[in-house]
Amino acid sequence: MDIHEYQAKEILAKFGVPIPKGGLAYSPEQAAYRAREIGGSVWVVKAQVHTGGRGKAGGVKVCKSENEVEEAAEKMLGRKLVTHQSGPAGKMVNRLYVEGGVNIAKELYLGFVLDRAEQRVIVIGSTEGGMDIEEVAEQKPESIVKISVEPAVGMQAFQARELAFQLGIPGTAVADATRVILGAYRAFRDKDGMMLEINPLVFTGEGTLIALDAKMSFDDNAMFRHPDISELRDKSQEDPRETQAADRGLSYVGLDGDVGCIVNGAGLAMATMDMILLEGGAPANFLDIGGGATPERVAKAFRLVTQDKNVKVVLVNIFAGINRCDWVAQGVVKAVEIAGLDLPLVVRLAGTNVDEGRKIINESGINVISATTLAEAARLSVAAAKTGKAVAA
Amino acid sequence: MSVLVNKNSKIIVQGITGKIGSFHAEDMIRYGSPVVGGVTPGKGGTEIHGKPVFNTVKDAVAATGADVSIVFVPPPFAADSIMEAADAGIKVAVCITDGIPTQDMMRVKRYMKRYKAENRMRLLGPNCAGIITPGEALVGIMPGHIYLPGRIGIVGRSGTLGYEAASQLKEIGIGVSTSVGIGGDPINGCSHRDILELFENDPDTDAVIMIGEIGGPQEVEAGMYARDHMTKPVCAYIAGLSAPKGRKMGHAGAIVSSVGESAAEKVELLKECGVTIVPTPAEFASTVQKMLSGLRVAAE
Repeated sequence: MDIHEYQAKEILAKFGVPIPKGGLAYSPEQAAYRAREIGGSVWVVKAQVHTGGRGKAGGVKVCKSENEVEEAAEKMLGRKLVTHQSGPAGKMVNRLYVEGGVNIAKELYLGFVLDRAEQRVIVIGSTEGGMDIEEVAEQKPESIVKISVEPAVGMQAFQARELAFQLGIPGTAVADATRVILGAYRAFRDKDGMMLEINPLVFTGEGTLIALDAKMSFDDNAMFRHPDISELRDKSQEDPRETQAADRGLSYVGLDGDVGCIVNGAGLAMATMDMILLEGGAPANFLDIGGGATPERVAKAFRLVTQDKNVKVVLVNIFAGINRCDWVAQGVVKAVEIAGLDLPLVVRLAGTNVDEGRKIINESGINVISATTLAEAARLSVAAAKTGKAVAA
Repeated sequence: MSVLVNKNSKIIVQGITGKIGSFHAEDMIRYGSPVVGGVTPGKGGTEIHGKPVFNTVKDAVAATGADVSIVFVPPPFAADSIMEAADAGIKVAVCITDGIPTQDMMRVKRYMKRYKAENRMRLLGPNCAGIITPGEALVGIMPGHIYLPGRIGIVGRSGTLGYEAASQLKEIGIGVSTSVGIGGDPINGCSHRDILELFENDPDTDAVIMIGEIGGPQEVEAGMYARDHMTKPVCAYIAGLSAPKGRKMGHAGAIVSSVGESAAEKVELLKECGVTIVPTPAEFASTVQKMLSGLRVAAE
């Protein structure tokens, strides 16, 4: 789960990481008011969207007067911001964060990620703040420092200190930097972070550290113990289809193709999409209905997939282990009966209670193309998507 | 023979009185798996499906000599249950639970290292379909009837894709020595490589199917192991050719977040290691058939 920059900063501040003075705004008037509240003569207006690369896309504006703040807010609010990371659809800007200017002496990078090879938290530091860390890794790999955290004891002060020295923090400021780095680590650990990036972490002209930008994402599986974090979810930043699916307990990822997929199991769902691609078609979505799929759940999945206007054919591929083919079949029949379906439908069932499942489908009277293998199911779906009608096996 | 579990295993079910645990315990018993009991704290002394229930894993081990455990405990408590099994002397634990926090798994992995290598538990999963040695022991949630006993090893992250492979093999009369699910989470117990090593040393396995997916380094590490240490042929399928970068495809671990983690890159790296690629998920059986005829030619 992703959160906004201002929310990440609020969390960091609670763990002792200094952040610039700032305030949230939902309108240009509020933005101007925030500027006055903050004081000073330079402000930065920042679009709050769940994507990176805002600066280059016009989502961050440095302003010298309250008027400029208001104008910048006017331009950003209510529009979609398209960045090199957001995808072509972009992200809607509903909130702005207005911050006071900071006297930058040096821009650093501080990041925390879960490393799958090491199975540990890795702390990443670099002297090249303000750039994408991927770019830094390509152009100046020698500037990157990595520290591995022992899970039993957590990050130690000496590790933070070593990192501070390697980042070129002067000796007089190292104690302060150590405290900031450990604070950020604790925020990441205590809140079950998956990724935390402070980029840039600024060393100011006054000799202190301050988090100028922050990006944080969390482990969905740990949300049960962080109601305060799950409250921060902003549905306006999600693909509405995916929001709907998540609310119904289904795992869905929207894509651009025209073959709608309803599958059980993440692996089989990916394999089904691959098979469609290899047959010359394009999947419209990833959808795993999970184990224990009741008829109601299958019916929900059906409605979700057919809401996508690009979908020209629906492919149901179930290999029942925990699931039972007869339940899935009932769900398919129910969904078609209730909502109707003017698209071709390909169904492939295998595994537990397969004969009962096929019987239910065949006797229902709904118009179905039956397939027995994965290859056949993919081939028939792609053919149906191309011609717009059912092709006999 | 087989790897990890067989007819002589003594299996306990952690969370046996819960809805899901009870359902699958019954299914495992019906399959003929040697289930000796279960654990639910507070329900010790009762019985379910004709098996005794214990309060702790230690009690269960003391009373039954259990050496294998399957965990159906809900996500907030699952990590604790795995550590309990490790401390009680269980040798193989299979964790079916999906949704365990990643940091919990990090601590579990670290905790398991407290034990000397020879006493250390092997963990399969979490978020996996389990293990089956056809005709001997089902320690998982897969439909047992799709597996024919035989000499092909299967190791995979995905449950349903493993079913797909096994049933394709059964269609043409090829059986499975053991099928092992390692799960779809970013931090898991045994890796693909660990299981390849077991299959390499198993006299009753002739060849191995590895079923991987996007995300993480494990498939490629396994490929390097196959290249450097294996005499038996390995074929591999990597799911997620059509998956967009940076998006999580159902499994918590199925996400391309760095170089070398996409399906196309993994396939290239595995090819370089000499691993046979299963070109489409519809060709598990035909690929194995080719590998086996290659083995016969080599033997002649």
